[in-house]
Amino acid sequence: MNEVQTDTTREQIHPRPDYGRVFLTFARNSLVRDMTFRSNFIIETISSLSWMFMNLGFYLLIFSYTNVIGVATGWTQYQFFVFFATVAIVNSLVQTFFMPNAQEFSEMIRTGNLDFALLKPIDTQFLISLQKVNWSGLGNTGFALLLLVFSLGKLYSEQAGFRIYPIQMILYPFYIVCGITILYSLMIALSATSVWLGRNQSLYNFWFYITNFSRYPMEIYGGPSGDARRWIGQSLKSFFSYCIPVLLAVNVPARLLAKPLDPNNLSLALYAVFGTVVSFSVSRMFFYRALRSYRSTGS
Amino acid sequence: MSQITWKDDRALLATLQGKIATWGTILRICIEERLVYRGDFALGTLMRFLPIVTQIFLWGSIFQNVAGKIAGYTYDNIIAYYLLTMVARAFSSMPGLASGIAGEIRDGSVKKYLIQPIDMIGFLLLNRVAHKLVYYGVAIGPFALVFFLCRSFFPSAPPMETIIAFSASLFMSFLLGFFLEAAIGLIGFWFLEVSSLLFVYMLFNFFFSGHMFPLDVLPYPWNYVFEAMPLQYLAYFPAAVWLGKIEGDQLISALWIEAAWILFFIVICRVAFRRGVRRYSGFGG
Repeated sequence: MNEVQTDTTREQIHPRPDYGRVFLTFARNSLVRDMTFRSNFIIETISSLSWMFMNLGFYLLIFSYTNVIGVATGWTQYQFFVFFATVAIVNSLVQTFFMPNAQEFSEMIRTGNLDFALLKPIDTQFLISLQKVNWSGLGNTGFALLLLVFSLGKLYSEQAGFRIYPIQMILYPFYIVCGITILYSLMIALSATSVWLGRNQSLYNFWFYITNFSRYPMEIYGGPSGDARRWIGQSLKSFFSYCIPVLLAVNVPARLLAKPLDPNNLSLALYAVFGTVVSFSVSRMFFYRALRSYRSTGS
Repeated sequence: MSQITWKDDRALLATLQGKIATWGTILRICIEERLVYRGDFALGTLMRFLPIVTQIFLWGSIFQNVAGKIAGYTYDNIIAYYLLTMVARAFSSMPGLASGIAGEIRDGSVKKYLIQPIDMIGFLLLNRVAHKLVYYGVAIGPFALVFFLCRSFFPSAPPMETIIAFSASLFMSFLLGFFLEAAIGLIGFWFLEVSSLLFVYMLFNFFFSGHMFPLDVLPYPWNYVFEAMPLQYLAYFPAAVWLGKIEGDQLISALWIEAAWILFFIVICRVAFRRGVRRYSGFGG
């Protein structure tokens, strides 16, 4: 309630800022900074790309031993590579736009520098979340897009009846945005907890560990009947699909392209939209709740 | 060994007892400092096992289509391998060591080691020992719980010699991890910004230490690449020893090679610190 009043007062004093232009300024400033330390930028781009190559190498190794992950799941090599490319696209975009900011946010709370952000006549969450753009992350996005096109091409030429329709091309970017929003919401909520905890390295790492579940096709969470893996896997799948929907962040867009005919797709896709809206709203509420508890460091 | 860098040779005259008392105090202070964040620690440890959960499921799905073994590993072996690398990493990983050293060089706080009769590397080593002791004290709970839950993945206990070799490999992995990372941190004397270099190191470490998958699963030319690197001792080697993948003479010579690597990095650290200090210039207060 408090911040509603503050916002109204702010609007009386300052006109509503042009968020698009502000974001472009952030992006331009970050680019200028990245280009100032050009060799650092190049090393960062190359090292994140090599991380991707290492992962790709790992999966190539796996596919040298088996031709499908799981029994009758449909995740053959190139379908899985579509999935892998989607993981990379979602994650690299989160890394480019949000990760440096979430890290900075915890630091701002600890040092008291958040005061300066609160004073600015702009939505605090917007300012905190998008202030820095880590341009070197886009190298991975580019490579992932190439891998995606290559894998889809392979599927198209080698798998009978594999087609890509315009609707898939429209829905794919839409669900990528949903996926990014889900992962971002979790990240900003976790870093906002530093208001209460002071030091929250563990909670921030928690984001990596939770989103780790989203990096694999949801079919792997299961097991032979009678095995404990079956119910644990089922529980994990439900929890990370419906409670904290990180599993949908990559699975929904990837299935849309790689396994468009899967009967579960429709319900998952509908739930993903719902999950995105709820995740974002809850994280925003949580964020402002945290700001209300924020006491500056007094320096 | 550490006296070489001391500016003040009063400490040289101190009795052995006095020195032990000093290092004992440092160790105690470091332990107390570490215990402040014990909640953070325990939470962090438990979370570190979460990726194992996905590995259990991923490899479970892979082995559904593979009859028998992949490069000599059964499904149970692979999961046991991942759990054992967690133990190895608990000894060999040094979070924040290299970046801490580089940071102290950059912001000038390295000065305190130059004017006080304390050897920087020795101090950091004790600090790390304290960190690890507290870590094991707190982490033993989560580790015991996870290993108990996953006990079915492990083959029956290996012979005594293997357990001794495993313990030696863990102890040495701690030393190797420490001196390797310290050496990287000391590069900060020459390059002010080493964060991207550290990131590259971290990547290679993750891949070539065998944290990502057992290194002997790799095909022909690559297994020679990793065998030539010290990184394999940080995770792969102890796990492979426990699982009986490396035995007999091969095991003995591997342990000697590991010891040689440790010596190599101790020397590198010493030389780098001496030369670095000579290069270093501090200004202001």
